[in-house]
Amino acid sequence: MASRFPILCICLSPFSLSMFCVSVCQLMQRSCRQVTLLAAPSRYWSSIPVAPPSLQPRLLLFLSQRFHDIETILSWSSWFKNRGLRQKNFFYGYTQQNYGDNIAAAYYILSLKGGFRFAGQSEWFRSDRRGKFNWDFMNHRDTSIEEVDVSNTLINYTGLENLVKQRGLCTLSVSGCAEVDDWFLSRLHIFQDTLEELDISNCPRISVGGLAALQKLRGLRRLDVSSLPRLQNPGLVAILLEEMLPHCHVTAIGYDHSLIYSHTQTDG
Amino acid sequence: CSALRPNRNNNIFLNTDLENQFKAFREKAADAMPGSDWTPFEKNRSLPPERADIVIVGGGVVGWSIAYWLKQKEMIRDGVRVLVVERDPTYSQASTVLSAGGIRQQFSLPENIHLSMISADFMRNINEHLSVLNEDPVDLQFNHSGYLFLASEKVAHIMEENYRTQRYAGAKVSLLSTTQLKEKCPWINTDGVVLASYGLENEGWFDPWMLLNAFRRKAISMGVYQCFGEVTGFRYTTNTMTTAEGDTVDFRRIKYANVQMPNSLEYQPVECAIVVNAAGAFSGKVAEMMGIGLGLKDTIAGIPLPVEPRKRFIYVVHCPNGPGLDTPFLVDYSGVYFRREGLGGNYIAGMSPEEEEEPETNNLEVDHQFFQKIWPHLAHRVPAFECLKVTSAWAGFYDYNTFDQNGIVGMHPLVNNMFFATGFSGHGLQHSPAVGRAMAELILDGGFKTLDLSAFSFKRIMTKEPMLERNIV
Repeated sequence: MASRFPILCICLSPFSLSMFCVSVCQLMQRSCRQVTLLAAPSRYWSSIPVAPPSLQPRLLLFLSQRFHDIETILSWSSWFKNRGLRQKNFFYGYTQQNYGDNIAAAYYILSLKGGFRFAGQSEWFRSDRRGKFNWDFMNHRDTSIEEVDVSNTLINYTGLENLVKQRGLCTLSVSGCAEVDDWFLSRLHIFQDTLEELDISNCPRISVGGLAALQKLRGLRRLDVSSLPRLQNPGLVAILLEEMLPHCHVTAIGYDHSLIYSHTQTDG
Repeated sequence: CSALRPNRNNNIFLNTDLENQFKAFREKAADAMPGSDWTPFEKNRSLPPERADIVIVGGGVVGWSIAYWLKQKEMIRDGVRVLVVERDPTYSQASTVLSAGGIRQQFSLPENIHLSMISADFMRNINEHLSVLNEDPVDLQFNHSGYLFLASEKVAHIMEENYRTQRYAGAKVSLLSTTQLKEKCPWINTDGVVLASYGLENEGWFDPWMLLNAFRRKAISMGVYQCFGEVTGFRYTTNTMTTAEGDTVDFRRIKYANVQMPNSLEYQPVECAIVVNAAGAFSGKVAEMMGIGLGLKDTIAGIPLPVEPRKRFIYVVHCPNGPGLDTPFLVDYSGVYFRREGLGGNYIAGMSPEEEEEPETNNLEVDHQFFQKIWPHLAHRVPAFECLKVTSAWAGFYDYNTFDQNGIVGMHPLVNNMFFATGFSGHGLQHSPAVGRAMAELILDGGFKTLDLSAFSFKRIMTKEPMLERNIV
């Protein structure tokens, strides 16, 4: 834990400006107290043994534990990242008011760099790698969205508010989304009558508690829970999911079901 | 000043007067440098500081939540010095860690519903609030399985009224008929059940120890002082005033809180401005130290704090053919409840005993015979539970409010600087983040700002108007 008093590091020349930074840091500390996220969100994989991190994160960790000002600067960077995430998932109230729920949901999905398909049509609207998309979707004000693919985006619980009015949603894919967690899954009960296909593979924050919330999706026919890093007993969980949702086909690949772990100690 | 006179043995360091003189010197130095803790002499490090602004008696989840929110809301850095005093470092008897850990919005009072909703929102964003730089993220292991309440014919109308209140307050609850219930949970025997109420969101259970440690770690990183010791008494000043009828009323103001070290006679009087009583099941004893309830019978001074410990048992059972991953926290109309624990076919079950059969509260021994009363109800409701095996059990205290089973939040009319946040009767854990914020607003802002908990004040106890919660477990 860093010391409570700002310590001036005289020995290291790159930080000779810290005397000036200290007073600035103390002023900014108040505003940044609100949100301090971790500097290392990849810790969610911590149950799997990884190689020791490289030099730069270790050096930063050492410095932030000794110097209060470094700690403050690191907490600013995580605050900015969090702010970026919140801006991506704003509630599109203005669009909803002026253009209707469907257009608002469509605009939100496209700005997240995802894709969707309207009900009754066969072509998908997607945005390309740089974020540009076709504005033709504005012509279909009254068609609801049937399939949504927001894999590998930054969608989270607050962003889902933009999609809750789409009561005819059949397919949802949030594969590989880093911010989808158990609370997101518990909110999916809104689509309980119509959702047929759900893909939540490769989401690092989902655990068994969230999968238990999928019991409300009675219309689900295809569920993909592959490669969830936080699942301790993937085989057992897949069986329990199949029991819980009898009409649903559960896909759970990408797990090592072998009885002997590859990193065991040599003897007991 | 008196010189250091050598004693008869010609060795000044055996002079007992030396200790007193050092103490006098320390006090003089402290008076010369007000507000500073610095002392040139080494003190016992486990003692609390000599001065603190706010002393929180009780280091459970409510106490630490209040400490965190006080630090969160202070306007300037180190604006308030908060000290949390906890009697037991192992938390062996604390209600927080012995709790079943459930959170639900299905209450009958709107205040309780709002408290649960705010707490669920807090827990959803817990890493925004309680994460510490370079430490592991907080993982509450929240199971979103929801609460399922069953109602017989006699109480179905109460459930419908509660449903209306809950929906009006914004809780996401749904009512299920018997056929819908059978479809959703085929393992239930719906005999005797007329209506069921199921929470769709923000309901389930979590790990209370993780929440407590998250609050504690974050509060300590923000500068809250922690002390393991027992508050054995207070030093207060009394202001006696007479009413128009000629009765005398004593208004007390706490000046010092005596914190005694564990297994020792050593104590430290902590000079404090505000004392918060968050001692849970033992809040009644702390209130008695201030003389609350020890006055004449018909006066306000004679009304004690109506919080007493009540022992509740939880039994861990194993049933291989029991309900699977979709088991909600089921609460039957007979008072029996159970929930799934883990993935291996284990469940925890319990029941609130009748008023006449309340067990003794001087220890935490489990009465295994009590399970024989729970089992028939369990087996009747879930036929698979006819063949189960009790693997383990534990007991914990509820901070039971004998008056109306709802929390007491606010100041006492006769003790000017003692605040209460206790008496939640089994809901303290699920309401702790919201109650902590409300108390911090009350102390620092002078009134409730985001959620108005004035309905939970001491006033209802003085005017003898109970606010009964119909849906307690």
